[in-house]
Amino acid sequence: MAVAHSEEAHEAPAGPVPTVVRPWADPYLDPETYDPEGDLMVMNLGPQHPSTHGVFRVKLWLDGEVCVKAVPYPGYLHRGVEKLCEKLTYVQIPPIVDKNDYVSPYINELAVNMAFEQLNAVEVPRRSQYLRTLGAEMQRVGSHLLWLGTFAMDMGGALGGGASAFMHTFRERETILDCFELWTGARFHYNTLTVGGSRHDVPAGFAEMVRRTYETIRARTIEYDELIYDNAIFRSRTEGVGRVDAKLAMELGVSGPILRASGIDWDLRRDRPYAAYGELKINVPVRSAGDSLARYEVRMAEMRESIRLVLDLIDGIPEGPICALKPVKLPGAFKGKAGQAYVAVDGPRGELGTWVIADGTERAYRLKIRPPSYHAMALIPYLAPGSTLSDIIVTLGSLDPILGEVDR
Amino acid sequence: MTEYPWLWGGGFALVLITVLMGVAAWSIWFERKFAGRMQNRPGPTQVGPAGLLQPLADLLKLIQKEDITPTNADSFLFNIAPPLGLLTVLGGMAVYPWAPGDWVPANLNIGILFTLSIGSLVTIPVWMAGWASNNKYALLGAMRAAAQAVSFEVPLLLTCLVPIILSGSFRMGDIVEAQADGHWFALWPPGPGAVAFVLFLLCSLAEANRIPFDIPEAESELVAGITTEYMGMKFGLFYLAEYMHTLIASFMGASMFLGGWDGPGPDGLHWLVLKGLTLYAGIFWIRWTFLRYRADQFMAICWRIFVPVSLLTVTVAAFWRVYA
Repeated sequence: MAVAHSEEAHEAPAGPVPTVVRPWADPYLDPETYDPEGDLMVMNLGPQHPSTHGVFRVKLWLDGEVCVKAVPYPGYLHRGVEKLCEKLTYVQIPPIVDKNDYVSPYINELAVNMAFEQLNAVEVPRRSQYLRTLGAEMQRVGSHLLWLGTFAMDMGGALGGGASAFMHTFRERETILDCFELWTGARFHYNTLTVGGSRHDVPAGFAEMVRRTYETIRARTIEYDELIYDNAIFRSRTEGVGRVDAKLAMELGVSGPILRASGIDWDLRRDRPYAAYGELKINVPVRSAGDSLARYEVRMAEMRESIRLVLDLIDGIPEGPICALKPVKLPGAFKGKAGQAYVAVDGPRGELGTWVIADGTERAYRLKIRPPSYHAMALIPYLAPGSTLSDIIVTLGSLDPILGEVDR
Repeated sequence: MTEYPWLWGGGFALVLITVLMGVAAWSIWFERKFAGRMQNRPGPTQVGPAGLLQPLADLLKLIQKEDITPTNADSFLFNIAPPLGLLTVLGGMAVYPWAPGDWVPANLNIGILFTLSIGSLVTIPVWMAGWASNNKYALLGAMRAAAQAVSFEVPLLLTCLVPIILSGSFRMGDIVEAQADGHWFALWPPGPGAVAFVLFLLCSLAEANRIPFDIPEAESELVAGITTEYMGMKFGLFYLAEYMHTLIASFMGASMFLGGWDGPGPDGLHWLVLKGLTLYAGIFWIRWTFLRYRADQFMAICWRIFVPVSLLTVTVAAFWRVYA
């Protein structure tokens, strides 16, 4: 049987991407101006809803099942992380930002620590740079696996084919977490990166374990394509659904796989290299269709690329120290310089930025986190009008939001 | 037997309902095991050996739940919908020939029409439930159920015309007997029977609200669709009705297209049970593999593919009947 793989792009639908109707998207527009009769149904999708990937709330005005207007209300998972970061020392911040994007905590730690390093002009040893790259790519695969499972579940339901795909992706994700557990001692919130490098060097047997794990996953990505991408139902549910045109995406600051699925070839790993990415060759998958299917293709191709990078990196980590500074033990032991720094990394969901303003004490004066999901969720008022409730769920799933980082 | 049709029918129905309820309950255990194996997990293991008493535990849990009727719900419709749903499903079994001879609870000469009409009534309790819940998700689910019922009932009835034409009778017993000695309609005449069989199964999936056509429930979109506000045994009745409906559709497919109780060696109930349960397991397999269609896509498939194809099968079957 000829199996179509997501490596080959599907044909973009003919014609230009439909321009969105901007007036509907204005969140402050008075409902009475477009619903004078009051016969639209107002529905609160969330915050308690199985498919909003957390506690996201979208207020929908529905005409039958077709959405007329949608207004997202983030903030149900707001924990005051940025304010908390003003009260904690540089040593205490990484374990807190771990909980922002709780699907890829390693990359969160990487972003804040790189900002602190830039602020203090700390040179990170080469071995640590490679370890960071390895960890980030390992994490990206795990994050995309979680997205794949939940995306399938948005279409197949928790008691059906979607759940089967979900269970399979989670089986693989568990093995990735096992690797991290061997490395850092924690499965999820690692607190392994610190200013100047890493706390944990890779243990004995780690390379073998990672190689085994990622080679298995590489073989299984083909199974996922056979199970999901080859399925006519999946195709019909995603093709042409939730089309994002490149201009809108750039206006809203959307980044990562969503931007690349809309035809913009932009990846910070390649275009603004950090860690060891400057020494690696990275193939950036780009699609032009901009629909949910294109986002699936981009993420699957990214997953394969990350697996390739992990397998390449695991054998080529240079020797040397893993931390430039003496490891600190007390929370207040590290004093930063005054000044400010902004550093962005390309996480699984896009540009994850950290802007730190420091006043020369052991605490940051202000720490601003730029989460990619927050900007992706800004697409909802543009994508939802005109599509049915079912399509809104699929679109939401294809944007891969993590509410922990949307609300912080 | 037939001297006292009321006594015979009543007794038969009592035994049948008891047995089929048990089968439906333990098929939930089977499905959970089956799904577990598909998903690399063991399924229920804790209650009884191999989790075999899990249906009893589920039942106990459902019965113990607090029974709430939402304040703004239409309490009469809300409370009568679940038993009515189960009733319409159970009614369809009355005309089944379970074994050669007179093993039919009620041997109606329009048996197949009776089954189909009472089976399609299930849309009404579903709609009642969605409307009476006074919940927006439930209402959307109910509207979807009503809209899709109009779409899939047409090809469902048309596919059932194929065995009726081929056997020349509306009586279920005659349809099965016409297939005796291996002349199953799914195999012979080649073409219309097999196509109609597949379409019948697909439409039955829609009627029983199973994936890929479980659009009124659609738990990832509509939370739990029509059953959003239901809890405890009221939810349990809907759940049971869904399984019973699937079970009955499997037996109906086995009777109308796969020869019912006919098979190699001695004919009898065992063949019907074997075929029916195989189809039933196949439906589980479909459920745990596929994703869900969107409501408008499913209706488009019904009207653009199912209806013309089923009309074609009816035409071919009619020509076969007249000229072959």
